[in-house]
Amino acid sequence: MQNVVISVNNLVKRFGNFIANDHLTFEVYQGEIFGFLGANGAGKTTALRILSGLSSPTSGEVVVAGFNAAREPEQIKRNIGYMSQKFSLYEDLTIRENIMLYGGIYGLKKDQIRKRTSELLRKLRFEGYADRLIGDLPLGVRQKLAFSVALLHEPKIVFLDEPTGGVDPVTRRQFWELIYEASAGGVTLFVTTHYMDEAEYCDRVCIMNEGKIVALDTPARLKETYHAHSVEEVFVKIARPTATHNPLHQMAGSSLTSLPGDSHLKRV
Amino acid sequence: MKRFLGFVKKEFIHIFRDFRTLIILFGIPVVQILLFGFVVSTEIKDAGIAFLDLSKDEISRKVIHKTVSSGFFSYSGELTSFREVDRIMKEGKAKAVVIFEPQFGEKFFREKSAAVSIIADGSEPNTATLITHYLTAIIQNYNQELTGSPAEEIVPVKAEVSMFYNPELKSHFMFVPGVITLILILICALMTSVTITREKEFGTMEVLLVSPLKPIQIILGKVTPYFLLSFINVILILLLSWLVFGLPVKGSVALLLAESMLYILMALSLGILISTVSKTMQQAIFISLVGLLLPTILLSGFIFPIENMHPVYHWVSSILPPRYFITIIKNIMIKGTGLGFVWKETLILAGMTLLFMLFSIRNFKTRLE
Repeated sequence: MQNVVISVNNLVKRFGNFIANDHLTFEVYQGEIFGFLGANGAGKTTALRILSGLSSPTSGEVVVAGFNAAREPEQIKRNIGYMSQKFSLYEDLTIRENIMLYGGIYGLKKDQIRKRTSELLRKLRFEGYADRLIGDLPLGVRQKLAFSVALLHEPKIVFLDEPTGGVDPVTRRQFWELIYEASAGGVTLFVTTHYMDEAEYCDRVCIMNEGKIVALDTPARLKETYHAHSVEEVFVKIARPTATHNPLHQMAGSSLTSLPGDSHLKRV
Repeated sequence: MKRFLGFVKKEFIHIFRDFRTLIILFGIPVVQILLFGFVVSTEIKDAGIAFLDLSKDEISRKVIHKTVSSGFFSYSGELTSFREVDRIMKEGKAKAVVIFEPQFGEKFFREKSAAVSIIADGSEPNTATLITHYLTAIIQNYNQELTGSPAEEIVPVKAEVSMFYNPELKSHFMFVPGVITLILILICALMTSVTITREKEFGTMEVLLVSPLKPIQIILGKVTPYFLLSFINVILILLLSWLVFGLPVKGSVALLLAESMLYILMALSLGILISTVSKTMQQAIFISLVGLLLPTILLSGFIFPIENMHPVYHWVSSILPPRYFITIIKNIMIKGTGLGFVWKETLILAGMTLLFMLFSIRNFKTRLE
């Protein structure tokens, strides 16, 4: 069948008595857009940190891009891209300097960096802006740039941690077009989000609640199973019962909104 | 290595593109040196001084004459009783009163021991200390003139050691070591802790940690520019104090620079330590200012002499690294002593550096978990 690029088997992460990840088991295939959903505190971030080689699992087997997360986190880091919700380029550096910096950190050669810089700028139609400071650019543009920079060293997998937080609907749509394009090129995208409408655009969606995986399937089949019209409804049906006890979870729930104008976004 | 250098280069860009950072790095040291040198004078001129002469003999008159004509004091009168001492000081007419015991001259010749009591206005501790030192020096000087021998037994007032090595009573000598100590803490600890927490706050730290850069490379990359710039700063301050105030380094310049490097390392590891415990830049600034800068100014012996402190502050002062560094550079710069005289302080400083480094590495790792 499909190529497995991330394989997680009985992953447990414990902080003292608190179990952040409780026996997670799943696989992610090459070129897939894998949505990772959950309220704040559901264990998304913990899992993401383990998958990206930042923290090691308490027990269980995690293999990312062919490397074991417990034993070879450095190899994993070399082979993945990462973009976080918080903006990740330096505001007081120009576009070109940012690209040079990250290219250098990932061990690209000078002429390689130069070639990819011009490719990247052409694709985003930013030619002529290379020497602008990032701080002078609008947020949406920065986000797209950050994503492109995360792809600079041609990683097999890119982790996107709530990448569209605080971005307007139009830019979000453009951003997802970039994601589809990368996916079509064979890059695997692991996306955490709490925008439920974004979950609809994923190939498969994994819903976490209180450290456990409570559902994992394509958006269509999830809706069928739970007799729901949207992934948001599915999420509310699965994750809400316990969430109502905790005001923090309710707050997270309030962001489960869909934005008008996004519904007619189709895969490119 | 290439990765690392690219990262260091980026850090330099941060520094040179930020006007405020540049001001702190190079503006503050220059301004402080000039300010302390020209404006904030810690020498005394025309401090009011009164006398209570209970002996009124030839010797006591001569001491009074010598004191008044020294040029440091202005004569605010002669008192007739102890009660007036309190009054004249409260009125602010005198900063100090010199009291000669009865039969001063007789005792001086017969018992070779005569007492002069100096009462200084302690509400300005700094001036008071200086006045007592000046007076002591003047009286001792006179004793030597009279008897041709060191006169400690005649005037039993202790003089501060630094006075001996500052015979011209110039105040610049005292503040240059203090400014170096302060500036280095400011640049190294404050600025590195802020620049590291800035990466955390902006979310770039996460991206760096997920990159193939090792945590140790990230930290070293962040602090290397500050290490170099601090070192340049030390040289700048030394040059400035030499060219503007004519203060040379009496001891070995190489030793002074080596000790500065040790102190810079100490301050940098403190900065890293602060960054590991603070989540925001404001927090890092607050900890650096309140936890480091203030104690350095107040308790390290920079402005207020440690000997005059309450025992509690004395104890607090002894756990402050800047205190040892001030002692070291005062020794090398002003007294011209070698490592033989400051090895103890150097050892303490080195031990502290090691301790802070271990703590910050441990903290950085647990934060990663």
